[in-house]
Amino acid sequence: MTGALARRRAALLLPPLLAGVAALAIWQAVVVLGRIATFVLPSPTAIATAFGTVSSDVVGAATATGTTAVVGLVAGSAAGVLAAVLAARLRLVDEVLSPLSAAANAMPIIALAPMFNAMFGSTSPVPRRLVVAVAVFFPLFVNTARGLRQVSPVHTELMRSLDATGWAFTRHVRLPGAVPHLFTGLRLASSLSVIAAVVAEYFGGRQDGLGSRITSAASGSAYPRAWSYVLGAVALGLAFYLVALLLERLLSPHTRRSP
Amino acid sequence: MSGAAAVEIRGLEQRFETARGSVHALSGIDLRIEAGSFVSLIGPSGCGKSTLLRCIADLVTPTAGEVVVGGTTARRARQEHHYGIAFQAAGLLDWRTVQRNVELPLELHGVGRRERAARAAHLLEMVGLADFARMRPTELSGGMQQRVAIARALAEEPPLLLMDEPFGALDEMTRERMQAELLAIRARTGTTVVFVTHSIAEAVFCSTQVVVMSARPGRIVRVVDVDLPTRDEDAREHPSFFAGITAVREALRGRGVRGVAAGLGGDDR
Repeated sequence: MTGALARRRAALLLPPLLAGVAALAIWQAVVVLGRIATFVLPSPTAIATAFGTVSSDVVGAATATGTTAVVGLVAGSAAGVLAAVLAARLRLVDEVLSPLSAAANAMPIIALAPMFNAMFGSTSPVPRRLVVAVAVFFPLFVNTARGLRQVSPVHTELMRSLDATGWAFTRHVRLPGAVPHLFTGLRLASSLSVIAAVVAEYFGGRQDGLGSRITSAASGSAYPRAWSYVLGAVALGLAFYLVALLLERLLSPHTRRSP
Repeated sequence: MSGAAAVEIRGLEQRFETARGSVHALSGIDLRIEAGSFVSLIGPSGCGKSTLLRCIADLVTPTAGEVVVGGTTARRARQEHHYGIAFQAAGLLDWRTVQRNVELPLELHGVGRRERAARAAHLLEMVGLADFARMRPTELSGGMQQRVAIARALAEEPPLLLMDEPFGALDEMTRERMQAELLAIRARTGTTVVFVTHSIAEAVFCSTQVVVMSARPGRIVRVVDVDLPTRDEDAREHPSFFAGITAVREALRGRGVRGVAAGLGGDDR
């Protein structure tokens, strides 16, 4: 049985793995045979060599960016969930926040980064964390609010028959029912937080993250090195997504859903 | 018929305002439900039988008329946990175990953890689900979920049990078994039951009175008294069971024939 299971897993993993290796091989062949200049596209082997020499700095920069993303993600998610709970309970909050969040969501949050830098000073870690927090607020707010609104009529009648208060209704029916939606929002926000953290660093501020390393390497024409930091950003984004997925599996066990 | 009334309804009118005008859901409803009786509400779709049940439960407020439940207003009765209710959809909370679902009314009303667990264990034993206490509702069949919902409705030992087509979504075999189980539970608890159904056989097998309703507007056509010698499976073969079915069917068709068969007292309205 376990052998069969392992074989099935291998069968699932093999195609994407082969496709990835094939893509790298084609990339390498195109760059070498097509004599493509490094500043247009460096070859995978060139990137790997550059990565080898700067790997410890990639880890350091990824740690800095990861910290920004984690702090912003936690703060923004907490605010988003709290706002959704309030919107579900108090009509006034809902009427103010829902249209506002739709408008704010249409605005590119990243555009705020230079203003936040000016507001808090460019050496402060606050501006970029704030950018992340604002960016992740919306997927959490929108998804959690949707989950909180989806209450089946039978539960509404049941809780009324039991003379339950509004807060008891929120605690026992609305919130637990919204948990799967909350995690959908968190999964979206996890990747978004890394993107927002990296891009926020493009706009100046402290030069310790992946974003500033990418811009400085690129402006110094060290393209294979710039790509090494991009690789670090990809790994960081993936790690955040996987942690969010793991949390969902652990904390939302009553929903059986595919990722 | 001079016992205490579990429910008394006088001159009830129910209108719903919709975008397309006013709907007259219930008209001129007078009904007295004796304590300890099992009363079914039956009628075509749109006859307002579920609305009538919801008026008793204070889930819907009547446009006019009076609803007295357990000697007080429907609102007070609801606030004092005078009734338990079960719906067609079991309406269990999927994120709670079976046991914690049964405990929900007790938890909301401040009963301590240990007493809650003891009551839930007793109720799950009564509905034959003692071994499933730790499972999630989604792991149970439809019939088992409905039994959990009934256990939850009985959690506070209410004198009145309201049921809105509780077996409507179940297959015929499960349905008949559930009817027998419900009657056994009622025999033990002495609860008054008001039961909405669209199955004539179910109404006759379970009830002491069948309230037959007609639609547009919803009115009570007739109240058929059912007197079966026993309420076990043999009763389904008994002549008085068939006589009851005939009487209810005739009333549904609008032919209020008096005294259709022995053992039946009709009460034309």
